[in-house]
Amino acid sequence: MDTTTPREAPAVRMRGLRKQYGAVAAVDGIDLDIARGETFALLGPNGAGKSTTIEILEGYRLRTGGEASVLGVDPAHGGLDWKSRIGIVLQSGTESGAMTVREQLAHFAGLYPRPRDVDEVIAAVGLEEKARTRIAKLSGGQRRRLDVALGIIGRPELLFLDEPTTGFDPEARREFWDLIRSLKREGTTILLTTHYLDEAAQLGDRAGIIIGGRLIDVGLVHELGGAEARVPIVRWRDRDGTIREVRTERPAEIVASVARELGTEPAELEVIRPSLEDIYLDLVRASGAETRETEEARA
Amino acid sequence: MSATGLTTSDPTAATGTARGIRRPGRVALGVSRIGYEVKSYFRSPDAVFFTFLFPFIMLGIFTAAFSSSGDIQPGPGAEGISVGAYYLPGLLAAGMLLSGVQNLAIDIAIEKGDGTLKRLGGTPLSPVSYFIGKFGQVFVTGVLQAALLLVAAATLFGIALPTEPEKWATFAWVFVLGVATSAFLGIALSSVPRSGKSAAAVVIPILLVLQFISGVYLQFYALPEWMQNLASLFPLKWMAQGMRAVFLPEDFAVLEQNEAWDLGWVAVALLVWLVIGLILSRLTFRWIRRDA
Repeated sequence: MDTTTPREAPAVRMRGLRKQYGAVAAVDGIDLDIARGETFALLGPNGAGKSTTIEILEGYRLRTGGEASVLGVDPAHGGLDWKSRIGIVLQSGTESGAMTVREQLAHFAGLYPRPRDVDEVIAAVGLEEKARTRIAKLSGGQRRRLDVALGIIGRPELLFLDEPTTGFDPEARREFWDLIRSLKREGTTILLTTHYLDEAAQLGDRAGIIIGGRLIDVGLVHELGGAEARVPIVRWRDRDGTIREVRTERPAEIVASVARELGTEPAELEVIRPSLEDIYLDLVRASGAETRETEEARA
Repeated sequence: MSATGLTTSDPTAATGTARGIRRPGRVALGVSRIGYEVKSYFRSPDAVFFTFLFPFIMLGIFTAAFSSSGDIQPGPGAEGISVGAYYLPGLLAAGMLLSGVQNLAIDIAIEKGDGTLKRLGGTPLSPVSYFIGKFGQVFVTGVLQAALLLVAAATLFGIALPTEPEKWATFAWVFVLGVATSAFLGIALSSVPRSGKSAAAVVIPILLVLQFISGVYLQFYALPEWMQNLASLFPLKWMAQGMRAVFLPEDFAVLEQNEAWDLGWVAVALLVWLVIGLILSRLTFRWIRRDA
């Protein structure tokens, strides 16, 4: 079986991807290409369809419609050769854990044709001191590091990370980001889902926002929401005590003119550049309103 | 974690599919799974106590409890054997059942529930290798368990073991066939519990009832005929009968249902259950409930 793909072919390709549970569409028509070597972040609130999408691509769930291709193979029919080319970090592992960290990694390394060095991976995820500890005795964060280690031990071409840093403290998160960057430098394609916008901004070449099973925006992380969503806001308190807000591309001009008009320093003056989080929340809110409207229209 | 930890020394690392580097074979991986499975078995206190040591403990209890109640005789005036000696074959059969059915049904159900199987399903491990590992675990632990029982019987409990090679040949095939059948039935039964947590509660009572009606804890010849007939539908009765043929004196054969050991029927019954177990395992096993 020949599973090679031309270099130019995307690592992941979805067209009209759907997953229907009864009357509910958990994934409702997603079109997306992820290039080889790219790091793509899927953002979205809980229940938006992030995990369902990623599990279809991993071969765990069967789509009910549309097309999907992962490393040139339909994930619903991915064989063992295909599986040896991908790495999966699931949302939560709760295995009983009678093995030690090193035993577990050595065993999993043995499943792959060209695994990474076990001790190197242990060091990369910062578990050197726990290498001889049984998995059952690890803390939640340490278990998560082991999950990541198991995901990369097979030297995958494509790595799936489903909410990888949930439960990490800020320092662990930064170390994890460094690890992901080093995988990226090696040419690994990475698809991650996350709740954390800073994580998407730190790691993602591009990001997509999934809400209600639909991809409502895709783009470079610093361009999400479009230029309009990034227009700065000038806010101040007027003489009569009301808050005034103006969205403008030229905040300095507005500030100057307001100051001139008032003849004094404007109270509570702010120039606000919407953060990624503001933009994201606006998108979620707008899309929520849209969904409600269409539902009402249908009713 | 440190960003510097990973080297890119592998020349094929960034070039997509590795050409000419083969995945490890299914059988080789299966063999490596055996070591992994046996190690994890002996590190789980539940398995060691309720599956591995249980028949040994029961043999100790039976021997001690009935030490003063005299011998069991096949008929009036015939030469008898101690209660412990009478129970040994039944407990060997129970050990085969526990090592196979109870161990695997609970173990696999738990692995399904806690995400172990989901993780394995995402790796290039073939289910064939996984099952070689489980079978290996069952055989290794089953053999050690039987050896423990026999050594304890001979040394601690003063039970005479047969010396004829034919008896041990019978022991070998009944043991291998019984353990293989138990292993398949364990895999099949593992799909019944709805969660890993409920697995022990579902599996243990079923097997306990089976052990009572099949002549493990109660003397089979003393059971009412309908119960003997019911037990004959299941494999444990036949494992126990095969083991009695090995370890009880010849004149005890009259206590069997047909007043004979019926080893041919033992083989047929176990083979039928082996095939049923194989088919059920094949039909029910999934790495995950794919669309739950």
